[in-house]
Amino acid sequence: MNLKLKVWRQKNAKAKGGFEIYNISNISPDTSFLEMLDILNEQLINEGKEPVAFDHDCREGICGMCSLFINGRAHGPDDDVTTCQLHMRKFKDGETVTIEPWRSAAFPVIKDLVVEREAFEKIQQAGGYVSVNTGGVPDGNAIAIPKEDADEAMDAAACIGCGACVATCKNSSAMLFVAAKVSQFAKLPQGKPEAARRAKAMVAKMDELGFGGCTNTGACEAECPKGISISHIARLNREYLVAKLKD
Amino acid sequence: MTQKINSHIPAGPIKDKWTNHKANINVVSPANKRKLDIIVVGTGLAGASASASLSELGYNVKSFCIQDSPRRAHSIAAQGGINASKNYQNDNDSVHRLFYDTVKGGDYRAREANVHRLAEVSGNIIDQCVAQGVPFARDYGGLLDNRSFGGVLVSRTFYARGQTGQQLLLGAYSALNRQIAKGGVKQYNRHEMLDVVVIDGKARGIITRNLVTGEIEKHSAHAVVIASGGYGNVFFLSTNAMNSNTSSAWQIYKKGAMFANPCFTQIHPTCIPVHGEQQSKLTLMSESLRNDGRIWVPKKMEDVEKLRKKQIRPRDIKEEDRDYYLERRYPAYGNLVPRDVASRAAKERCDAGFGVNETGKAVYLDFASAIDRLGRDVIEERYGNLFQMYEKITDDNPYETPMQIYPAIHYTMGGTWVDYNLMTTVPGLFSLGESNFSDHGANRLGASALMQGLADGYFILPYTIGDYLSNEIQTPRISTDHPEFNKAYETVREKITKLVNNAGKRSVDSIHKELGHIMWDNVGMARDEKGLTEAIEKIKALKKEFWSNVKVPGTSDEFNQELEKALRLADFIELGELMARDALNRSESCGGHFRVESATEEGEAKRNDEEFAYVSVWEHAGDDKEPILNKEPLVFENVELKQRSYK
Ligand SMILES: Cc1cc2nc3c(=O)[nH]c(=O)nc-3n(C[C@H](O)[C@H](O)[C@H](O)COP(=O)(O)OP(=O)(O)OC[C@H]3O[C@@H](n4cnc5c(N)ncnc54)[C@H](O)[C@@H]3O)c2cc1C
Ligand code: SF4
Ligand code: FES
Repeated sequence: MNLKLKVWRQKNAKAKGGFEIYNISNISPDTSFLEMLDILNEQLINEGKEPVAFDHDCREGICGMCSLFINGRAHGPDDDVTTCQLHMRKFKDGETVTIEPWRSAAFPVIKDLVVEREAFEKIQQAGGYVSVNTGGVPDGNAIAIPKEDADEAMDAAACIGCGACVATCKNSSAMLFVAAKVSQFAKLPQGKPEAARRAKAMVAKMDELGFGGCTNTGACEAECPKGISISHIARLNREYLVAKLKD
Repeated sequence: MTQKINSHIPAGPIKDKWTNHKANINVVSPANKRKLDIIVVGTGLAGASASASLSELGYNVKSFCIQDSPRRAHSIAAQGGINASKNYQNDNDSVHRLFYDTVKGGDYRAREANVHRLAEVSGNIIDQCVAQGVPFARDYGGLLDNRSFGGVLVSRTFYARGQTGQQLLLGAYSALNRQIAKGGVKQYNRHEMLDVVVIDGKARGIITRNLVTGEIEKHSAHAVVIASGGYGNVFFLSTNAMNSNTSSAWQIYKKGAMFANPCFTQIHPTCIPVHGEQQSKLTLMSESLRNDGRIWVPKKMEDVEKLRKKQIRPRDIKEEDRDYYLERRYPAYGNLVPRDVASRAAKERCDAGFGVNETGKAVYLDFASAIDRLGRDVIEERYGNLFQMYEKITDDNPYETPMQIYPAIHYTMGGTWVDYNLMTTVPGLFSLGESNFSDHGANRLGASALMQGLADGYFILPYTIGDYLSNEIQTPRISTDHPEFNKAYETVREKITKLVNNAGKRSVDSIHKELGHIMWDNVGMARDEKGLTEAIEKIKALKKEFWSNVKVPGTSDEFNQELEKALRLADFIELGELMARDALNRSESCGGHFRVESATEEGEAKRNDEEFAYVSVWEHAGDDKEPILNKEPLVFENVELKQRSYK
């Protein structure tokens, strides 16, 4: 297939970026989206131009490194997949494909399509853990955990930290990302003792870092490649309320 | 001459070695720990667990990774599970059984004492992860669930859906985050280690490149720990993440840390086949699929030809015209033979011309009879997510047509040589996880890499590093103004300058693909003297081609992914040559290493314990000199050496 690519190019964080148009031909529909960008880059290098920078690593939909806003959607037109799992058969021959970085004040552009997601790190450091040291813990089977709770914790824990929820949200809220972690631990006896404190600390950090508030539009859930449900946001709100009542 | 390698295996019966060793080694007081700095390169299971645990003990840790977050280390991609000898299933599992299975699975090329220690601490890992809030799969009674994995007779694999690596890594990452917040760990994301600094024979720091700004930085410490993962990407196409690389392991090799068994690589039988030259990586389909899938190719060449022309579909081929070659060759184990055996059998059929796709490099993994027997619902419950992943990639529906699979490079058992304390041949320099060579011999069993990474990081290094550091408490903080730092800094800078200024014509990837072809064809699933000798010459020529003709666009002082790749490829090329040399030296077949010359009459691998029951420990002798081979003899006192048979 032949495509016209409209790609965001930006030299560095300070530079003013803009779109560039590239034509690319003979792409097999079985090629993945990122392989298509590899082909574009090979073409650019051979023409003596600078290749397009984009983040990626596992190319299996699990590391959360890839991003990209494709034709106005985080991770592109396919549902429940990351950009690296998207294949060219989802596009039409001759189509114009617009490729942009995540756009959020909390995720500044580093170069072209690569953004800085350090803010997510800070939120996790604020409370995304159970306070245990290595060693001296009880046997793994000492506490039985109802299967439903363990399963629900796992649903929440599946978040890959990609940032699509933030990029999609009109308020640039990180609520789904924060809720996933808070909810995972709130569902488990190991995380329960610190649940309220954790919710408060992570939400406070999120606010401090310039993410917007949640107005429950549900856009994040629709674009999350891992199907993280907004019901976790409700649980976060409950934990947060408990914490506030204790204040 | 002083002995260059000493494994420092403690004396005594195997089951007491670790306990006695811990009792005998030195510890550092809390007040002194605060004065000691440790660098940890890598935030996968091994690195993150080590950094968190060391910081909890009171050391100052500096942790480095190349991704934008520690959570994105390649460990995140592990699917199947993690082994531990908990015996929760009452199926007579034990430390000894896990030890035995691992030594046998590794085809008797691992060190007994290390493997036993691994089995001893395996149970603690599960306890630790549960305490961190890792949501392992559970039964309706609320207790932990287990599944079976290849090559063993008990059910000891713990898992979190098909995302075990992700959940274990997020557990270690959370422990790391807690220490970052407390100030005990300083985390450097998007930083790549490019050299190690050795002062008066001891590792004292590293040189890194800030991948965002391009700045070259000097970092010092009292000890350096490498946990940078495996080197499967030397083959270009592998199941490893795109950024996985060998640079840390290779740079320390050049500074004196010897490299063990580089030719021991694992080829996984069930991966999605290559679709063309544009492919960037290969996707693993979990080993668990072989529990219910049957592997076959057509018996008749005319059917193969029709399949390739798409004149018929696999379902049109009659039962009697199908060759279920694993069931035919290995009636006892059938489709459940170990990874190395299944991979070679697929290659044999495809080399004979029976590959079922256009490239001739694919066999079928068929679920039709399992669906008939168990019903589609059961299959969906067991493998639904994998089937969906397969369909997303290939656009084929495995419920209706067999999957196509082919072997791919997946894991590297070889790596930096370490002694029992996980210390390399450079004092103060340690290596953990997939980057060391220690526990898997010539073939790794499923679900044991995660176990090893976490054992090293949570429960072994935090003890053994104390023994080394107890002699360093008088050493003041290391200054980065030392001439050795400046020398290493300059070497790195010159290398980078050379690359960005090279007036070459070829992209990094085009050269990497060429290396991949040489490696796969000559140092892949079947190796012989002629091919290996050829490979060494070809790789030498490719090295010249790289340095004279590579083209790296952009500059050195900016975010530059082509430069990152070029620096990694330079090291992969040199490692590739060492792998070929090692494979050439080891003229026996063992585990994943198959020398065509060393096979039984039926074409099975033939080990040679008289001549090769040793670890090949390669020593760098200088850039233009041949490396020196040292040998660590392997002594088996607790298991009997047997030829593996799966017939
Ligand atoms: C698809 C797949 C599935 C798997 N499934 C299983 C399974 O089910 N069970 C099992 O036991 N094993 C499995 N394995 C193997 C297992 O995942 C790995 O062996 C293990 O996770 C390696 O962990 P590690 O900590 O040693 O290294 P990694 O997780 O690879 O981490 C390497 C770290 O080093 C950093 N790094 C690398 N180079 C540099 C540098 N130059 N400078 C700075 N930092 C650097 C990286 O950023 C990263 O943080 C699987 C492997 C693959 C590929
Ligand atoms: S909640 Fe979903 S979209 Fe947001 S970071 Fe996690 S996986 Fe990505
Ligand atoms: S590259 Fe890892 S999720 Fe896309």
